[in-house]
Amino acid sequence: MRTQSDHGLGYVLYGKEQTASLSNPERQGIAPDLVTVTAMKSGDQSALAELYDRYSSVVYAVALRVLGDTGAAEDVLQEVFLQLWRNPGAFDAARGNLASWLAVITRNRAIDFLRKRRPEKEIEDVILSVAPDLAAEADRSRAAQKIREVLGTMPAPQRSALEMAYFEGMSHSEIAGKTGEPLGTIKTRIRSGLIALRKAFQTGS
Amino acid sequence: MSFHEQFGEDLALYALDALTGEERASLEKHLATCAACRGELEQLRGDGALLALSTLGPKPPARARQRLLDAAAKEAAEVPTLSQRARKDGPPAYVSARRSWWGLLGWAATFAMLVFAASLWKDNAALRDSLSSASAQAAQSARELEEFRKVAAPIISPEAQRITLVSVKTPVQPQGKAFYLRNRSSLVFVASNMPALPPQKAYELWLIPAQGAPIPAGVFKPDAHGSATVVNPPLPAGTEAKAFAITVENEAGASAPTMPIVMMGTGE
Repeated sequence: MRTQSDHGLGYVLYGKEQTASLSNPERQGIAPDLVTVTAMKSGDQSALAELYDRYSSVVYAVALRVLGDTGAAEDVLQEVFLQLWRNPGAFDAARGNLASWLAVITRNRAIDFLRKRRPEKEIEDVILSVAPDLAAEADRSRAAQKIREVLGTMPAPQRSALEMAYFEGMSHSEIAGKTGEPLGTIKTRIRSGLIALRKAFQTGS
Repeated sequence: MSFHEQFGEDLALYALDALTGEERASLEKHLATCAACRGELEQLRGDGALLALSTLGPKPPARARQRLLDAAAKEAAEVPTLSQRARKDGPPAYVSARRSWWGLLGWAATFAMLVFAASLWKDNAALRDSLSSASAQAAQSARELEEFRKVAAPIISPEAQRITLVSVKTPVQPQGKAFYLRNRSSLVFVASNMPALPPQKAYELWLIPAQGAPIPAGVFKPDAHGSATVVNPPLPAGTEAKAFAITVENEAGASAPTMPIVMMGTGE
């Protein structure tokens, strides 16, 4: 049997609990991300096009959310996919599913862009735990809706602290300075906000 | 293995790159030695990814796709081929070293040119052979990749149906199959009918080596149907497996198995 390590594949966990309710006909014919990324390692440009078609809307939306400028968002979109093209080995499934990983990479690059600084983190260093499988656009739409529902139930100051940290790249002390809240309060709000998001996907799906 | 609660808030800020100054330095020092807190950090980064995934917006402009593919094609073309590399390297050093003799020793220069021409002819033939060999290797790699896709997809794809066949009237039992290739440290594990676990708990797969302590080989949670797959967890190179075992651990995983072992199997 040919093994996956022949092709340098990484470590992946798949649980259908996260995907069963999300499965739909749209998913038919979508090769697993890992296989497509592996094809890209051999210089297959059609694999790059396939991943772009699958995830460009995610990447562009995140970049646009951070930067608020379509031209700059397009530049970040290009950079993120070119980085993946140059170094597909940077992604392995131990670093989360590809949609989540690309979203985080994009957020980081967009914040670097916003702050006019050199990239602070190599893409290989972005490690996150396995999140819901979001290969299909319909799955992502449902997940996004759910996340927005959770955010909608949060007290406004908590949601605002999360968004300032995540989408504006502000430090906790900057947020405290801007809101006039104590540092400890900001810390608590951010952590409990993240945990609330986590729990929504642990109990619901 | 649970993380250190006292670092919980700082970990959340760190996951969003919002922790600065001494607090950041102090946390990084702790993270260097605490796997459990690194696990929680990865989880928090995953939670942060949900924030990113909540964004909605217009699709990128159509030109962006072609721009990317053009840039990728250009980069691919810029990777020097063997012949380009040979041109870039220029003629052998001895030829340029003899140019200073041209005015004085015409015959030597002529001889050098003949040697150089012979060398180029030989290099050219060698390059043709190399290119031919590289093309054959590329074609072979493409065939192997296609073969791999066909073989791997039904095993690792989340869309794959997993059906366990048992004798009729046999009560359904948890089952796990580990496929391990020692010389490549490659492991595929497929489980079915696994009982559900309480929140904060997960199954952990262990490689039991012929000698030494059990090695963690992946933490997993079964889906609603009791199915799960672990593919290529990080494993030390060349470890001989005497058996594989499964225990129930905290979500972050453990460095040593917590008894009891709930499933175990030895090599066939």
